[in-house]
Amino acid sequence: MTTSATELRAAIASVLADIAPEIDLGAIDASGNLRDEIDLDSLDALRLIEGLESRLGVTIPEADHATVGSLDDLVAYLARRSAEQPTGYDRRDDESADTR
Amino acid sequence: MPSLGADMESGVLLEWLVEPGAQVHRGDIVAVVDTDKAEIEIESFEDGTIDDLMEPGARVPVGERIATITVDPTSGSQPDPAPVPAPTPAQPVKSVVPTPTPAPSPPAPVAAAPRVVLPHHERPRVSPLARRAAEARHVDLTHLEGTGYDHAIVLADVERADADSRIPTTEPATSALAGAAAPDGHAATMREATAALMARSKREIPHFSVETTIDLANAMAWLESHNAGRPAAERVLPAALLLAATARAARDVPELNAHFEGGRVKPATAVHVGVAIALRGGGLIAPAILDADRSSVDETMERLRDVATRAKRGVMRASEMTQATITVTNLGDRGADKVLGVIYPPQVAIVGLGAIRDRVTAVDGMIAVRPSVIATVAADHRVTDGHQASRFLAALDHHLQTPELF
Amino acid sequence: MTAASKPAAPEATPTTTYREALRAGLRDAMLADDRVFLMGEDVGAYGGSFGVSRGLLKEFGPLRIRDTPLSESGFVGAGIGAAIGGMRPVVEVMTVNFSLLALDQIVNTAATLSHMSNGQFSVPVVIRMTTGAGRQLAAQHSHSLEGWYAHVPGLKVVTPATVEDARGIIPAALADPNPVLIFEHGSLYTDSAVLPADPAPISLTGAATRRSGSDVTLVTFGGSLPRVLEAAEFLSQTGVSAEVLDLRCLRPLDEDAILASVRRTHRAVIVDEAWRSGAFAAEVAARIAERAFYDLDAPVERIGSVEVPIPYAKALEDAALPTVERIVTAALRTVGRHE
Repeated sequence: MTTSATELRAAIASVLADIAPEIDLGAIDASGNLRDEIDLDSLDALRLIEGLESRLGVTIPEADHATVGSLDDLVAYLARRSAEQPTGYDRRDDESADTR
Repeated sequence: MPSLGADMESGVLLEWLVEPGAQVHRGDIVAVVDTDKAEIEIESFEDGTIDDLMEPGARVPVGERIATITVDPTSGSQPDPAPVPAPTPAQPVKSVVPTPTPAPSPPAPVAAAPRVVLPHHERPRVSPLARRAAEARHVDLTHLEGTGYDHAIVLADVERADADSRIPTTEPATSALAGAAAPDGHAATMREATAALMARSKREIPHFSVETTIDLANAMAWLESHNAGRPAAERVLPAALLLAATARAARDVPELNAHFEGGRVKPATAVHVGVAIALRGGGLIAPAILDADRSSVDETMERLRDVATRAKRGVMRASEMTQATITVTNLGDRGADKVLGVIYPPQVAIVGLGAIRDRVTAVDGMIAVRPSVIATVAADHRVTDGHQASRFLAALDHHLQTPELF
Repeated sequence: MTAASKPAAPEATPTTTYREALRAGLRDAMLADDRVFLMGEDVGAYGGSFGVSRGLLKEFGPLRIRDTPLSESGFVGAGIGAAIGGMRPVVEVMTVNFSLLALDQIVNTAATLSHMSNGQFSVPVVIRMTTGAGRQLAAQHSHSLEGWYAHVPGLKVVTPATVEDARGIIPAALADPNPVLIFEHGSLYTDSAVLPADPAPISLTGAATRRSGSDVTLVTFGGSLPRVLEAAEFLSQTGVSAEVLDLRCLRPLDEDAILASVRRTHRAVIVDEAWRSGAFAAEVAARIAERAFYDLDAPVERIGSVEVPIPYAKALEDAALPTVERIVTAALRTVGRHE
């Protein structure tokens, strides 16, 4: 029950569109420090996390913030978290997928 | 057109959020105005019926009328002789200061609409010739000192001001700043507005500053436990804690919580903390969090989030843009160690907070590594001295040691 | 030729007084046209209350220099009738105060007949009268009511303020087919100037710039002109360049001249010896406000007489009239100098 890296990237891009609309995720260094790459201040960063929590139905504890540096880190972290803790949001999508 | 900040000379009326004849109440948002800094929501000053709405689109100097509000007779001014179709039994009363009806002006590029001041603004005394010249040359009349008949602003004053400040305000150079995100090439005009205000500050205000390093071990520990188990939407950033502490320190040392206008200090009656917010793509805006000394940390965070989000969208309220009594510039967790701010006139102090970092420090005779912040306060030496500024930093330190009391 | 090589003129320059200039103009007109005659109280044997017609009885005889009874309504009416009948009468009324007795003749008859007869009759009468104060003649001989007459369409109202204008005004007025009222300020009769031996005809209407300036326009007419020129001179010493505009003719008013000057100087002070309320100065101020509002850099100022019947006592009379000091102060206010 994992979400693919492509889907996660799309989710990140969609949340960022609200916070930093001018950013093209494809154009940044995915292994560089994400906040430096796209110039997010602490409020922006919090909004990103908030957006990801709500969109993906995962919780991202504050203690984990420091472990996530780059875009690649974030995608990997989110993949791990969404596999660990599927929530209502994911299930609904999955159920509809199961009917296929 | 209300003044929405010390650096505002005029604004573009974007839209009305009320219909002519609508009932409005004090504090209601009635219109949106584009200053050079942001789109700002204008609040009504009165309860009453709003009318004579100026056609949106024009650039309007501060002090010109954009609407008329007819207030309840209870507030008492001249009875309105004009029949106003109001269901209330009593005669409504015009609250607008009496001004001449719009004369047929010579073909001017802007403002063929009614031009009377909103209730709380006294119409500046300007000769017709000077007013016409100011319009043609885009000279702002609000800050000019009149040297004419009864100290009215006359042509010579406009010419002098025009010569003094030939800042190109009318043609925003779209490429002047790499501000892709700023709407409508706002970045350049915002840069100019900031430039003018900061130049004025450095020109007029004798700055001095003091600094101290504040141990944040307690504060960060408190914050960690406060945020533990909360979803991101409910978490508090260190910035909010610092802001709440600053507001309380400003209350403790009122000498720094004031305005300096017309050569005298006006102590503030509340603590409204301006927050300097860097906009994506360039530019700076410093909206206020009103009554920040009375907000809990959670409330402060909520309001910081709201204000910052709206600032980045470019939609501010007039009260947020004009009422700050002290400002905080906080470079955040990725910023430099220390910042010495430039005071926003007419305020008298600005608090600078650098990045929170782990630093080696002495604790109880032992070497320890603790999170700390370098806090500075730059203040107006006409108004206050190093002693008060030091007391302020001591108060800030004190509050940050006991965040649980907020 | 250098100044040093030019011999100083030993004899005094021959000058003409305002009074003599009026007389010379009248005499020219009587010599040129035998339909012209003068009538009024004491104009004959006495030579006129202000000496304007002295010597003319002897030269032209009692048919053309006619003394009349003390009845303004009667002799002004007779003058109007003579004009309608083809003569060219010049009627002298002692002062503007007494002309009120002839108001009906002037306003209801002279001013209206051309219009009421659809142009079949014209009334080419010239009515001269003294106006103004400053000679201790008290309240019944000292008022400035020319503004009242300037209200009435059908009349021309002229206020010669210089010796040159006095010289040319009567022939110019007689050349006009409609009634012309000449207001001679009593304080001007002794003014003198050097006139050319054969002075050129003057225009009846139109304002004249008596002094050019760039900071403020001082608008005036008649007896106030000398005081205004004095004020302008004083102002120039304080660094304020005042333009002096002499209206010369109150009806028709040379509005274009007023507006042109105010549009250059952006400030106006109007000096009119009449009382400020409802004076002709108010008309001038209103026209400036109507048509030069956006050129104004200061409010328009008006200087008039204190609102009392003009007193007899010299100190009180002086205090009631527009003074140079009041004119200067008002002009300085308009340029933002409050001293």
